[in-house]
Formats: sequence, C-alpha cells, structure tokens
Amino acid sequence: MARVFVKGNEAVIKGAILAGCRAFYGYPITPASEIAEAAALLFPKVGGTFLQAESEIAAINMVYGAAATGERVMTASSSPGISLKQEGISYAAGSELPMVVIDVMRGGPGLGNIAPEQSDYHQIVKGGGHGNYKVLVLAPNCAQEMCDLTALAFELADKYRNPVIILTDGFVGQMMEPVELPEPITELPAKPWAVAATAETSGNLISSIYLEPNELELHNKNLQEKFSNITKEEVRYEEIMTRDADLIVVGYGIVSRILQTAVEEARAEGKRVGLLRPISLWPFPSTPLQDLAQTAKAFLVVELSNGQMVEDVKLSLNGRRPTHFYGRMGGVVPTTKELREVIDGLLEKTEAFS
Amino acid sequence: MVKEVLQKPDSFYDEFVRKPGTNPYSTHYCPGCGHGVVHKIIAEAMDDLGIREKTVFVSPVGCAVFGYYYFKCGNIQVPHGRAPAAATGIKRALPHSIVLSYQGDGDLAAIGGNNILQAANRGENITVIFVNNAIYGMTGAQMAPTTLIGQKTTTTPLGRSAENEGYPLRVSELLATLEAPVYIERVAITDAKHVMKARKAIRRAIQNQVEGRGFSFVEILAACPTGWKMLPVDANKWINDVLMDYFRLGMLKDKNGAAKPAEAVKKESLSTPTPETIIGILGEKQGPQDAYSQPVTDANFHNPRLKISGFGGQGILLLGQLLAQSAMLSNYCSTWLPSYGPEMRGGTANCHVIISDKHIGSPMVAETDVLIAMNLPSLDKFEHDVRKDGVIFVNSSLIERKVARNDVEVVAVPATEIADELDEPKVANVVMLGAYIGYTGLLSAESVLAAASRVVKRKEFMDINKKALTRGMHYAQKHKPQIVEVTA
Ligand SMILES: Cc1ncc(C[n+]2csc(CCOP(=O)(O)OP(=O)(O)O)c2C)c(N)n1
Ligand code: SF4
Repeated sequence: MARVFVKGNEAVIKGAILAGCRAFYGYPITPASEIAEAAALLFPKVGGTFLQAESEIAAINMVYGAAATGERVMTASSSPGISLKQEGISYAAGSELPMVVIDVMRGGPGLGNIAPEQSDYHQIVKGGGHGNYKVLVLAPNCAQEMCDLTALAFELADKYRNPVIILTDGFVGQMMEPVELPEPITELPAKPWAVAATAETSGNLISSIYLEPNELELHNKNLQEKFSNITKEEVRYEEIMTRDADLIVVGYGIVSRILQTAVEEARAEGKRVGLLRPISLWPFPSTPLQDLAQTAKAFLVVELSNGQMVEDVKLSLNGRRPTHFYGRMGGVVPTTKELREVIDGLLEKTEAFS
Repeated sequence: MVKEVLQKPDSFYDEFVRKPGTNPYSTHYCPGCGHGVVHKIIAEAMDDLGIREKTVFVSPVGCAVFGYYYFKCGNIQVPHGRAPAAATGIKRALPHSIVLSYQGDGDLAAIGGNNILQAANRGENITVIFVNNAIYGMTGAQMAPTTLIGQKTTTTPLGRSAENEGYPLRVSELLATLEAPVYIERVAITDAKHVMKARKAIRRAIQNQVEGRGFSFVEILAACPTGWKMLPVDANKWINDVLMDYFRLGMLKDKNGAAKPAEAVKKESLSTPTPETIIGILGEKQGPQDAYSQPVTDANFHNPRLKISGFGGQGILLLGQLLAQSAMLSNYCSTWLPSYGPEMRGGTANCHVIISDKHIGSPMVAETDVLIAMNLPSLDKFEHDVRKDGVIFVNSSLIERKVARNDVEVVAVPATEIADELDEPKVANVVMLGAYIGYTGLLSAESVLAAASRVVKRKEFMDINKKALTRGMHYAQKHKPQIVEVTA
C-alpha cells in the first residue's frame, strides 16, 4: 500500500481511519494539535465526524456518548488536557466503553512547556482517574508505530471493551518519517451491547452505577479478571541485542530511539549492552525483564521524567539485579553521547562487580 | 384525568426491575417530587410520537440519575454535567435517534454550564429537559445556581446572599440570546393547567427533533419537598407564589423550522467510502511509487546527519522536509525533526534531518555532518557542532562573516540573491537544497522534484521551484565541478 512521509501526529489519524474510526472529538493543544487538524481535514472526507469541543472534558464526554452507540471513536490531547479527561476515562472504564485516547506528552507540572517529557507515565499507566481500573497503554517510538499502534488500539479497545491510550511524546508526534499505510479494515466487530437507537438495542443500558456494594464488588471483580487476561495476552515489547548483554537499558518512546543508537555504538566497541523497549506500558513486560535478569548483571532505565517507569522495572526485578535510573526533565532530551557516558560509566562498575 | 395519571405509559417499564429494593412498581422519588411527573410526561410523549425504540435517554448525575429504572429505551448514564456533550457524541453517531438529555439545575447550570451553552450554541439537534428545583436534591439540599436570594440550603444556612453567592441564574433567558436554539420555554407542573402546558412544551421540544429542526430546551420548575423541607402542597404553593416570580413562565424562543441542524451537515457527506477511496484520500498526492536512483557519492557525504537553520519564514522546515522526503523516495531511511512551538514564532527555526541506508535510531542531530545556515544566528549557534571534515553550507547573501572553523568544508551560496534574480525571494531555501544535492550528489534532482510535487499544489510554483533547484545545483557544481552531471 501507499508509502507516505508524515508527522507522527498525522500518522495517528491515518491509522485510525484505516481501522474504521469515524469520529474525532478534541480540543487543541501543542504538541498534539496536528492530530485534531488532520482529523478535521480527513474525517469529513471519509463520511466521519470531526468536532472541536469546548474543552477536553466535553471532548471525552462526546467520545463517551459516541462510544456508547458502538462507533469507533477517539480523542487526542497533551498532558494538561489529559488531566482533564481523566474523569471521563474512569467512567468509560466503569461502563466498559471502548475508546482510543492519544496523549502526546509535554513538560509539566502545570502548564510546564511544550517540549517532550514522559512525566504522564503515572497518570496514564497507574490510573489517573478514580476507581479500580486499568487502561491498555501503547507506546510508539516512530511514525510507523503511531499509525500501526493506533489501529491496534481500536482492535484492543473493542476486544476488551476498555479505553486504550497511546502514550507518546512531543518528538514522536512532531517528527516526520516514512509510513507504510496498512490495508483498511472492512469489517468491524458486532457490538450487541451498544445503545444504537434500534428495537434490538432499546433494552440496553450503559452505566457505571452499581448501587449495592456487593454488586459493585462483583463488577470490580469482573473487571479485575478482564485486566488479568489482558496481562496474559497483550504484553508487547522489543528486545535489541539483549541475549548476551551485561547491561540492559530500558526506555520507551523517543528515549528508546536514542538508547538504540547508544547501544549500537557501544556494541561497535565490543561492549555488551542490550535494549529492552516496552511497547505496551500496561500490561508491562515484567516477564521478559525477569528472564533477562538471569543473564544480565544490571539494568538502566532512562526516562524523560523523575523516574516513573523505573518503579515498574524495579517491581518486575524485585531486587534481583541493581536497577539504575537516568532521567532528564523539563523537555531536555539527552543526546546519544550523554547516554553513552552513563552506559559506559555503569559498564565499568558492572565489570568491577563480576 | 385520575385514570390517566394511574396508567403507565408504554415507554415505561412495567416493572422497575433495575431499581434495588422490594417494590418494583414505585419510583425512587420522594412524595411530591417533580421528577416523577416530568418523567411521565416524557414517557407519554414518547408513546404518542412512536419513538420509544429509537430514543436514547441520557441521564447525568442528580436525583434523576436513575432514569434508566423507568424509561424503556436505550439508556446512557453519563458524568455530572456532561449530558449535552455526551448527547452530542450520541446524536452525531446516530442521526436517526431521538436523544433526550435530562438534567437538574446543579448539573446543567453549575458544573455543566459550559457544556449546555456550547451544545445550544452549536444547535445540536437534541432535546434538553431541564428540571429546575432551585436546589441540589441528591446530595442533600445544598445551594444550586438557581437557589433564590434568601433561600436556606445546607450550604447557605442563613439564606443565599447576592454578595457572597451572586444572583440566581436564569438559564433559559441566557440560552435564548443564542442564535442557534429553535425552541426554549419555561413551564411548571404545579396544577393540571400547568401540567397541560408542560406536556405541550415537552412534546413540541421532542417533535422538533423528530423533524430535524435543532436544539430545543424546556425548563420545568419542579418541587423538591425534601430539599425544601416542605410538605408537597406547600412546595407547589411556593413555586406558584415565589419561584415563578423570579423564573417567569413562558416562551423564550420559538424559531419555527428555520435552523439547519448540525447533524444534517454530517448526513450530507455520509456515504460509506470504498477501501480504494480511503487509500486515495490518505495516500495524498500519490505519484507512481517509483524509487529514484541513489547516485554514487563521496564517502564523506554518505548517511548525513543535517542541521538546517534560519529565520522563521525562510522555509527552513520545508527545506528539511523536501530533503527527507526525497531521501525516502530514493529508498533511504530518513527522519525529520523540527524545533516546534513558540520558538518558531518570529525567531529562529531549525530542523534535524537524518538520511541513512540503515534504520535510524535517534532522530536528534547533535554531532553534525552537514550544517545549512540560512542566516547569521544559525551559523553562530551551530558552527561548532559540525564534525571535523563536515560541510557547512552558508547563505552568503545574508552571512557576511567567514566561517571560523578551518577543519570543515565550506560552501558559500548566495541563495537569497539567486532567488531574487528569479523574482521569488521565497525560493532561497530550494536554491540551497539544489546547492546541497549539487555539491554532495547524494540525491537526484528528480527525487527532490517528486517530493516537491507532493507538497506544492500549484503548477507555477513547481516551475519556479525547478528553476531554483537547478540554479542552486549549477552554482554548487561550479564550486566543486567534478561532481555529477546535471539532469534537471
Ligand atoms: C464530579 C461530581 N461532583 C459532585 C457530585 C455530587 N453530586 C451528585 S448530584 C449533585 C447535584 C445534583 O443537583 P441537581 O443537578 O440540581 O439535581 P437534583 O438532584 O436536584 O435533581 C452533586 C453535586 C458528583 N456526582 N460528581
Ligand atoms: S430529594 Fe428532591 S429532587 Fe430528589 S427525589 Fe427527593 S424531592 Fe425529588
């Protein structure tokens, strides 16, 4: 199929349309606005709906309404806007509505800045809204994955009747790369649970209310069972030169790209370094990390944050191997050289260890 | 009349099995509560209009959050205040549906104030039923935006004061100032005569939607005897004597048939496109997917990491995009990373481009193989990032100083002057791009023109771009004549 040269943000919309999504509700914010702009241009052309809502809160509730009808629907924003969407995401998780939300992260807290950060990890991966819920989180690191993982997100959202969030950053959203467009999906899954304004669905109810504590506990237990299935089925990750590595570096999104270059350079000098890149942040690739702990001597987690994903790496490794952290914040993105120095420094220490 | 009141409309469930508790025939509302009466009026209208099966009842949070116990139609429960937003998503997805948004005064006028305003202003083809009982019933009688001055609630124990809480909000009047809504009326249900009027109003508001006329809104003054701490009879008297004095009953807007509902706009374009059409739309201006040649170049110019920099407005980002895209068309891997946001406004713009025959890891360029400096601040800022034996392309029209480094190749191109000679100052970027490919021979002119044809829409611009590219190539080749033949 067609090969195009596009921004990551535009690739999201192409992937969404090819996956049969026909409605977008959003509110502008840098560095995510190109997603809404591409949707405004393209959705009407394929018979879909684009609407600029009055706020992120309105947008997520429009998505909630549209999702309740069974339509494939999405929204996109960046960190401050995602904070506002959290209530709606919690409701959607409670009502078990499929939807796709894109978070092109920027610097925080507060208004922060528009440069790339990964400081939404906690609010996205650990919850953010209220209640015992999880959302599937996918972390693309290139324009191709912005397209492909968005398409996958719709599939997973429908499969599990759950929100799926694409967690990415300003660099991946803004950079342009070649994208091979996938084939359009022609058949969408049936949704007999939806409220479709038909005789057959007129008895359907979309709600997150369970007044009786016993019933709400049962609902929560069912949700937990679903989440536990997802944990078994939907772990995604990429390993690069990990098999004989003494040091495993772990990073997602734009960081994984810089780490990959650093690893390749280090390998060229004969240093035994490998990269594990989580593609799904929830469910988190804990088992692959545990497997690597059998051969690797130490781990290094690099994030554009104060150290959020590193908590999941530490939980996975459970103290079996030293886990180091290197983070930059505020939109500062480390250079390959900078990460090489961190890696080389650790390798020296790790060798002394063995 | 009595018989009528006792009869259950078909649009209600016969037994309210979704309601917890032992009695599936009674509602959860307090005695004398206005909600029950309003529900019944709505259900009867649904019966009469024959719309039950295609009705979607939207209940946000308030005492009527459990509307789905009663209404025998599609039900969607939504967050506090957000019914108009959710209803928008529903109606846009299901243009054939009848969407009823049922909201209390706290829900609609406080937390959801902007949502109702905007949905009304968009003229969404939905029906909003606004139950104004001047209090927060569900949470235990706190102040609402519609609570009257002096009225005691649990959060205005001494009575609402204009100084502290402001005046009660007249939502219907407010919405009536908007252009889009087709119908806004305030009614009451305190006696049979008022109920008759309310019935007519609600029917009309739903009928408008059936006919696709647009946004209709009925405000109903309703009793909350529990919240007001009154007996039902006294509550009705208080509405008649006091509440109605502030919230005057009557028609506030009636724009018969004029508006075109937003959802109809969607319908017009709603044809299901074939996969081929979709691919055509998403593939943009697809030329044939032919791969352009990869000319043989000096090893020093292979797999370049470039920084391109200049003023905002010099077409810096476009220069980088054309370069990276023509690399794609020549079967290289390529990335383009811009500086983005406010930095671009007025000030400098720069982008990083990497072209490689291998997968590209980091798209960021720190150590630079090639710097294209279109103005002096760019040279000042990035000159020292260039690696030994790297190349600096200098727009000598705007940069008077010499490059300070003596361990790099310098190619001085009067790009702005050449563009001026072509009567199109804007193409200095393309002149420079020509100089780059002319000097390094990394990409063919054809690949750059193919990339440009995907971006540039007008033919005149393509012609001038072609000229600019050729001039740049010639200039650079004079500078370093042993490089490739010019074909463009
Ligand atoms: C975000 C949020 N804030 C607060 C509440 C608590 N709450 C539930 S109903 C309500 C007010 C209801 O008043 P109104 O809309 O007037 O409806 P009534 O109960 O009077 O019919 C409030 C504040 C909530 N459910 N959600
Ligand atoms: S508290 Fe008020 S609004 Fe709620 S059910 Fe009772 S009377 Fe009706």
